[in-house]
Amino acid sequence: MSYLQSIFITAVTMVLINNMVLHYFVGICPFIGVSRRVDTAFGMGCAVTFVVSIAAALSWLLTYFVLSPGAPLATWLVKLANPAFAGTVNLSVLSYLVYIFVIAATVQLVEMYVRKFFPGLYRAFGVFLPLITTNCLILFVCLEVMKNLSVDAGAPWGLDRTLIHAISSGLGFMLAIVLMAGIRQELDTCDVPAPLRGPAITLITAGILALAFLGFTGVDRNLIKLGEGGPEAVLPKGRVEASP
Amino acid sequence: MSRSLPDPRERFLNGILPENPVYRQVLGMCPSLAVTNTMEGAITMAGAVLFVLVCSNVLISLIRGLLKPHLRILVFTLTIATFVTIADRLLAAYLYDMSKQLGPYIPLIIVNCVIIARIEVCGSKQGPLAAAADALGQSLGFGLGLAGIATVREILGFGTWFGRWLGWRVIPDTSPALWDEWVVMILPPGAFLTLGVLMGAINWIQAIRRQRARQAT
Repeated sequence: MSYLQSIFITAVTMVLINNMVLHYFVGICPFIGVSRRVDTAFGMGCAVTFVVSIAAALSWLLTYFVLSPGAPLATWLVKLANPAFAGTVNLSVLSYLVYIFVIAATVQLVEMYVRKFFPGLYRAFGVFLPLITTNCLILFVCLEVMKNLSVDAGAPWGLDRTLIHAISSGLGFMLAIVLMAGIRQELDTCDVPAPLRGPAITLITAGILALAFLGFTGVDRNLIKLGEGGPEAVLPKGRVEASP
Repeated sequence: MSRSLPDPRERFLNGILPENPVYRQVLGMCPSLAVTNTMEGAITMAGAVLFVLVCSNVLISLIRGLLKPHLRILVFTLTIATFVTIADRLLAAYLYDMSKQLGPYIPLIIVNCVIIARIEVCGSKQGPLAAAADALGQSLGFGLGLAGIATVREILGFGTWFGRWLGWRVIPDTSPALWDEWVVMILPPGAFLTLGVLMGAINWIQAIRRQRARQAT
């Protein structure tokens, strides 16, 4: 599989099949909270994509050089202090603390930027902009990075792979939240039974949306086969001739 | 402040139904959707949340005099992250298969809104006793909410209840199958649908009770 093909397949997988909201259930709070209008939802999607790419890249660097067992920078520092302990450097127990710190700093940066250049968007976000800090999606992607850099992962991710993964996760979130906002704008004019109004109908709609996205299962496998064996590899045998 | 804050007993009872974190405040949605396809997952998750919430709420309540307004959230998140690391290590040591199954959702407790909301509402304002009562009540409410979703999903999806730990079959396993297992209830869409329908049902029951109360007076 060529490099560009693998990028494409990662993007398809993360956006359509393993969609962050509809498959892993992360980032549900903004998905329900900020999905009233399409333009706000789109802004939220952009902000999350931006934050998640920066946070994932930073956490890759930190994990690779400082946190993982036997990381070069940490080992070097320990060796400087006391050569006897150099073989036992493992700071991975600190990783959650470090990630949440990185995410908080990135969100602060984005908040300052948006307040300076897009005041209207800033007011529309309200409390949900600082709340990107506590968006599970970003921490989830950082944890994926940590898992795929650890010793038992087959081929550890490079920085490029991490960035592609993070950006397509953000795009998947954006797709889900914009779709949801479009549906909810239509729902405003519908006669929803009183007990279901608010979050309940949103969750049920999300369930139906997730059912629809379940139909994408297997697309990635077929794409890989298509890349390796050409069109014949994915066409069902015998069905083509049988069709009139 | 004109209105006095609720005492520990009220705090405890509030968490269970009137301010139930899952159904009323709609907080902490990620774990309540992700880990509730089996009862075991739900109980383990609720236990981890209980540990983290009680410890961090009490700790923040003890140091609330020292908090600076602009560093508040940072101190909260770092406290929570510390306790989550402890909970994660404990689970990996004593309940390894559950820890494997829950995977990244245990570290995601750090960004669970329930905890930060409770610290903000109660822990940073009241004494340690009220904070502990609040944390216990809220995590009991959270556990009950999770158990409700997990009951529906596990029974409809696998036909069992506590299938892995106790092996209870709710729907008998007959040879011409009495019940086709609804695989979709275990898959992601089932989680959204179950939670949505349960939330609607609870709103409905409450609306009926409120109406009755109005007619009685």
